[in-house]
Amino acid sequence: MPASKKRDVPARDEASQTGNGTRRPVSEFSREQELRALRDMLLIRRFEEKAGQLYGMGAIGGFCHLYIGQEAIVVGMQMVLKEGDQVITGYRDHGHMLACGMDANGVMAELTGRRGGYSKGKGGSMHMFSLEKLFYGGHGIVGAQVSLGTGLAFANRYRGNDNVCLAYFGDGAANQGQVYESFNMAALWKLPVVYVIENNRYAMGTSVTRSSAQTDFSKRGLSFNIPGEQVDGMDVRAVHEAGSRAVAHCRAGHGPYILEMQTYRYRGHSMSDPAKYRTREEVDKVRNDQDPIEQVRQRLLAMKMTEDDLKAIDAEVRTIVNASAEFAQHDPEPDASELYTDVYR
Amino acid sequence: MVIQVLMPALSPTMERGNLSKWLKKEGEPVKSGDVIAEIETDKATMEVEAADDGTLGKILVPAGTHDVAVNTPIATIVGDNDSADQAASAAPAERAKEEAPPRPEPVDAKADAAPTAPAAPALRDPDIPEGTEMVMVTVREALRDAMAEEMRRDADVFVMGEEVAEYQGAYKVTQGLLQEFGTKRVIDTPITEHGFAGIGVGAAFAGLKPIVEFMTFNFAMQAIDQIINSAAKTLYMSGGQMGCSIVFRGPNGAASRVAAQHSQDYSAWYSHIPGLKVVAPYSAADAKGLLKAAIRDPNPVVFLEHEMLYGQSSEVPKLEDYVVPIGKARIARAGRDVTLIAWSHAMTYALKAADQLASEGIDAEVIDLRTLRPLDTDTLIASVQKTGRAVVIEEGWQQNGVGAEIAARLMEHAFDYLDAPVKRVSGKDVPMPYAANLEKLALPSVAEVVEAAKAVCYR
Repeated sequence: MPASKKRDVPARDEASQTGNGTRRPVSEFSREQELRALRDMLLIRRFEEKAGQLYGMGAIGGFCHLYIGQEAIVVGMQMVLKEGDQVITGYRDHGHMLACGMDANGVMAELTGRRGGYSKGKGGSMHMFSLEKLFYGGHGIVGAQVSLGTGLAFANRYRGNDNVCLAYFGDGAANQGQVYESFNMAALWKLPVVYVIENNRYAMGTSVTRSSAQTDFSKRGLSFNIPGEQVDGMDVRAVHEAGSRAVAHCRAGHGPYILEMQTYRYRGHSMSDPAKYRTREEVDKVRNDQDPIEQVRQRLLAMKMTEDDLKAIDAEVRTIVNASAEFAQHDPEPDASELYTDVYR
Repeated sequence: MVIQVLMPALSPTMERGNLSKWLKKEGEPVKSGDVIAEIETDKATMEVEAADDGTLGKILVPAGTHDVAVNTPIATIVGDNDSADQAASAAPAERAKEEAPPRPEPVDAKADAAPTAPAAPALRDPDIPEGTEMVMVTVREALRDAMAEEMRRDADVFVMGEEVAEYQGAYKVTQGLLQEFGTKRVIDTPITEHGFAGIGVGAAFAGLKPIVEFMTFNFAMQAIDQIINSAAKTLYMSGGQMGCSIVFRGPNGAASRVAAQHSQDYSAWYSHIPGLKVVAPYSAADAKGLLKAAIRDPNPVVFLEHEMLYGQSSEVPKLEDYVVPIGKARIARAGRDVTLIAWSHAMTYALKAADQLASEGIDAEVIDLRTLRPLDTDTLIASVQKTGRAVVIEEGWQQNGVGAEIAARLMEHAFDYLDAPVKRVSGKDVPMPYAANLEKLALPSVAEVVEAAKAVCYR
């Protein structure tokens, strides 16, 4: 796809409402920004593909929710953050952790339930944390992270610093009651939290048009006077630009901000989801026309990078991912004595 | 490079499946993400996607094959630089051996046996020096004093909840805190339990020490997901990396004539949960000392108060810093003939019953549990070793109640000392009625405790 081509927003279901008109033209990335975006998105893509493989081999158990297709969101948002800003999300969390700079080995080893995992193998795919990277999980109850993230922002305000919390959740979680309880208090107390709604169009198998009376999620904060934007979540530059506005708004003490990231998940809800609620054509269309990684690749090629240059980046990323898979399969399981540790401190 | 495509497990429980269809032919190019085959499980037909770029080399398991075990090689993909011929000649069995995921080694010989839970440390109440002035204080004031002292001591401690600030507390427990600590640290919330409980837990994740007041624990049922799933479990789920120092407090159990939805006792609910500590004091001194301990505790603490006790006064030692350890029961009255076990408001029935029993020649020992989790089993066993008989009094329902747990523990650990089966006096197995006479019948009574004590004494 040529860099200059104006891209459409992700195709919406017929009944979905149109955006609120706040979308703006997107500024170009520098070559360095494009390169970082490509590398970070590729790392997530390759990591998730490998996780899917390991799941198929039985090395990963239980639930495993892959982030493939949505990479531009966490990568673009992370580029906006500064030291001290916090991130919290739900169960589709591998991409967020990698974007936060958490170690691929530790994440993969948690997926396989080994002692070198971020939670010593006691959390699994949905429950990982890093105080060092200010990543606060990894939460399995749909919508719970919205109140928790609002609490992290509360702590920033209490301490009088200018840190901002990014609270990620999906179009499904956006219908939970505690989300609106949190919106209300965040607006009331002017808490520095960006609500990043990753609208991938399906809450498990239910499309947004079947679950949501208002499918323009940027408007979900209107009754609390929380500003919102719909963003092309497949274009990392658009994510970055809207993210910059949102974070600046929060940092300046103006209270919360909502970003509806319009995106698409290529894989099923979890590994055991055959995804029969949508057509293969629908998936292929997004993959072929809007893939966030392909967009960056094309722009870099237009900047006179060669296929070989880009392959080298892919190779570097594959090396990291393969090493993580190797580590995650050979690292021992947690010692039996860990059964009773970490219940209390 | 030749990559084996293995029969994937497509759900947490799948062990084998049918290979229904190949969507790519041998020699056809594939890209990562392309669907190459369809697999039928007992639940659904699933698509197998290629995870690598290359050419489909050899199909090892033909379409229509049933009961293919997970991890069986089903095809090969030849990476961009290899030819399909090479792939076809690779011996599948050998490759499978080479590339099969290594099974984790058992950690040690005893790995199959669960290790034993760690033992509780020995705890004792703080010494009250000779000559310490004892002051009559209501439970309400004691709780307020505990919060105020801890807020003076630690700037990270704050209190939030409905009507805690300007209204001075729905039950006046937070009276005066707003005046001393201001709006930053004494925070009125909207009526939104689920939301503010989550915000409290999030703030605690960030290192603050919130005291979250529920106007009553009946309303905390809206927030119980955050208390259990977020507050109690995160330390474990994070491998010890991130915990949550937070107190959830408020009145619990039956007040008076407020009917079924406002009268529930949650003692058993919260004390079921590993990761929570649960405290339910009776006296003013314990209310103060235990709340201070709860606020300092690095773990989430559910602090169950009782509206009927708020106005009751008892002696509190006038000490700079009176902290009572969580996890230690108190012998409220020593005796030899029968052990009466209670906590919170049920202590009133136990103490009155003990008086009456004394007048009838039965010397009852009364134990105030004070903490429901961790439960001080040692004190209970020591008492039963002396008396040989026990009655548990609780306002909550009997089924799966704290009394049931205590009876089980005494059976497990003190069976040889028991001279009679443990008896339970509890709330009746009905929603709390409104009518005055029925409400009285629904709750435990002194007469029931006396009768139960006599029964276990065979009198």
